[in-house]
Amino acid sequence: MKMQIEASVPQAVPSDPSVDLNQVRSIIQEFKMLPGAMLPVLHAIQDALGYVPPSVVPLIADELNLSRAEVHGVISFYHHFRQQPAGRHIVQICRAEACQAVGADALVAHAKAALGCDFHGTSSDGQFTLEPVYCLGQCACGPNMQIDDDLHARVSSDKFNRLLRAKRGVQ
Amino acid sequence: MNALDTAVTIYVPRDSTALALGADQVAAAIVQQAAQRGISIKLVRNGSRGMFWLEPLVEVATAAGRIAYGPVEADDVAALFDAGFLSGGQHGSALGLVEEIPYLKQQERLTFARVGITDPLSLPDYLAHEGYAGLRRALTMPSAALVQEVLDSGLRGRGGAAFPTGIKWKTVAATVAAQKYIVCNADEGDSGTFSDRMVMEDDPFMLIEGMTIAALAVGATRGYIYVRSEYPHAIAALNHAIATANSANYLGDNILGSASSFYLEVRKGAGAYICGEETALLESLEGKRGVVRAKPPLPAIEGLFGQPTVINNVISLASVPIILARGAAFYKNYGMGRSLGTLPMQLAGNIRRGGLVEKAFGVTLRELLQDFGGGTASGKPIRAVQVGGPLGPYLPPSLFDTKLDYEAMAAVGGMLGHGGIVVFDDSVDMAKQARYAMEFCAVESCGKCTPCRIGSTRGVEVIDKIVAGQPQQIKLLRDLCDTMVNGSLCAMGSMTPLPVLSALDHFPEDFGKGELGQAA
Repeated sequence: MKMQIEASVPQAVPSDPSVDLNQVRSIIQEFKMLPGAMLPVLHAIQDALGYVPPSVVPLIADELNLSRAEVHGVISFYHHFRQQPAGRHIVQICRAEACQAVGADALVAHAKAALGCDFHGTSSDGQFTLEPVYCLGQCACGPNMQIDDDLHARVSSDKFNRLLRAKRGVQ
Repeated sequence: MNALDTAVTIYVPRDSTALALGADQVAAAIVQQAAQRGISIKLVRNGSRGMFWLEPLVEVATAAGRIAYGPVEADDVAALFDAGFLSGGQHGSALGLVEEIPYLKQQERLTFARVGITDPLSLPDYLAHEGYAGLRRALTMPSAALVQEVLDSGLRGRGGAAFPTGIKWKTVAATVAAQKYIVCNADEGDSGTFSDRMVMEDDPFMLIEGMTIAALAVGATRGYIYVRSEYPHAIAALNHAIATANSANYLGDNILGSASSFYLEVRKGAGAYICGEETALLESLEGKRGVVRAKPPLPAIEGLFGQPTVINNVISLASVPIILARGAAFYKNYGMGRSLGTLPMQLAGNIRRGGLVEKAFGVTLRELLQDFGGGTASGKPIRAVQVGGPLGPYLPPSLFDTKLDYEAMAAVGGMLGHGGIVVFDDSVDMAKQARYAMEFCAVESCGKCTPCRIGSTRGVEVIDKIVAGQPQQIKLLRDLCDTMVNGSLCAMGSMTPLPVLSALDHFPEDFGKGELGQAA
């Protein structure tokens, strides 16, 4: 039995989200029969909630017949899974060699200054969380970045500013 | 119908690099301009030709062949219509017949034969371009003959380790088990590589066909493609193609009426470089931390869920259809020595003409960097190239006449890896690159073995001391590298010293300038 509760999915920056455990339960039910279900379950939870809240760890452990330590161990091992909510948009900048060769370090420095935060941090207005990424596979056209699901190649400081302005809705 | 008969076919790539450069906006502008002018067109979202400095590369089908325009921006589209590009008209971005562009014409594309030509999601297009010819032949052969064909082709693992693919298959085929698996390692995490991504986005049926042939060869019925989470477009293309193949009976129960069944699924990684190591990948597929396993047992004997498992890289599996379609003798006719066939190489970083170059083994670095790549994008001299990803050494120009084959590269202390070549101009600080190699290892180590987990962190500290003016620490760095090389469980720890020591050996003048502390 699936519950219709999409309206309550927190999309933005809930500082103290009340996680809907029924929704999480139905996600786990949907994937738990897959062999090696853990990653599909965690992806589905993060896709729905924006992160994997610590409060869902006991649920996953119970449903997959694992210890909480094992579940926490998996969540914390993978860079992709976040344990706290992110800003409204996630900005990933590639720091790997091919992008370094065309100025990624300068772009990273610019981004940190422009957003006023370090990697894994969020700008004070809650709009942008800055994350490093090790290769987006666009290595002939660096420096590369991704804002939410959109890839951008040959990103200069100016282009970075333009893209973020557009995301803020200010032209 | 009439409108379609006279409609001009226009190609705008759907490859993610093209998208990152605005291909969707270009496609939308073309549709809008055509509608506005009352011109009927057929828009095909093809794969990329792999000439990324020209993306978005728009092609128009004419009687003479496909004529290319690039790079095209959305703002250029009206001018292209004004210039009559639908009949090959002249424009500043006109490149002539796409097949005649030297970068493309001088390649030997076997694995990438269809890429950029077809619509990646169209099964009819795939079939019209020799698609599934390999599987059709495979279905007429006994499984042992399939394994033998791949052995005879000389195909070696294209992920980097270069282990003969046929031997892995033979081991799995010979191991008795109720359930066997085919796993595709699509965790292409090496910076400077994108050939796996291109296959998945731009010709996904080829990978599916290769995995299906592998399943027939070893008696497997289930397969997984483990794709890194950084490749959402590849995941979408594969899921689409798998659904199409299932409904056309190229996958699923009794494939094409045969007795064999094969069920294929995509699994998404979660941002861990180490999961490109095959045993860590298997752990991850099982739902665990991506921690490396000790070998033996080999995955071919005890792999996924403890069952015999073929685990191959995307390009290895994607090379199988043409080997079956044309025969092992055709394939091994390319290449040199013990490196047979072709390798899709990737020119990346600070390079004027970056992209994908598939050539038989034996081309020199210089030919790739100069003839294809055209030197650096910045116009400055090349100072170093890193071949083979973050675990590959930095090579100076004095080694650019080395031939790209597995043994020739190993002879100069290099490695071919997955065929990625990252170019740096003379502004590069090699001590900083060495430090980054250690830092990357510290971030991405699975933590199972001490030399890798702790050695990488100590490595960063020691390089900082060297650069801050303690040259005596160089001996310590070499000792540390020796421990990592000889004491690590997998390639992550044992090969991170390659970029570090090569930077130190070939560019000693960069160690000791004292400016690294603040740069990092």
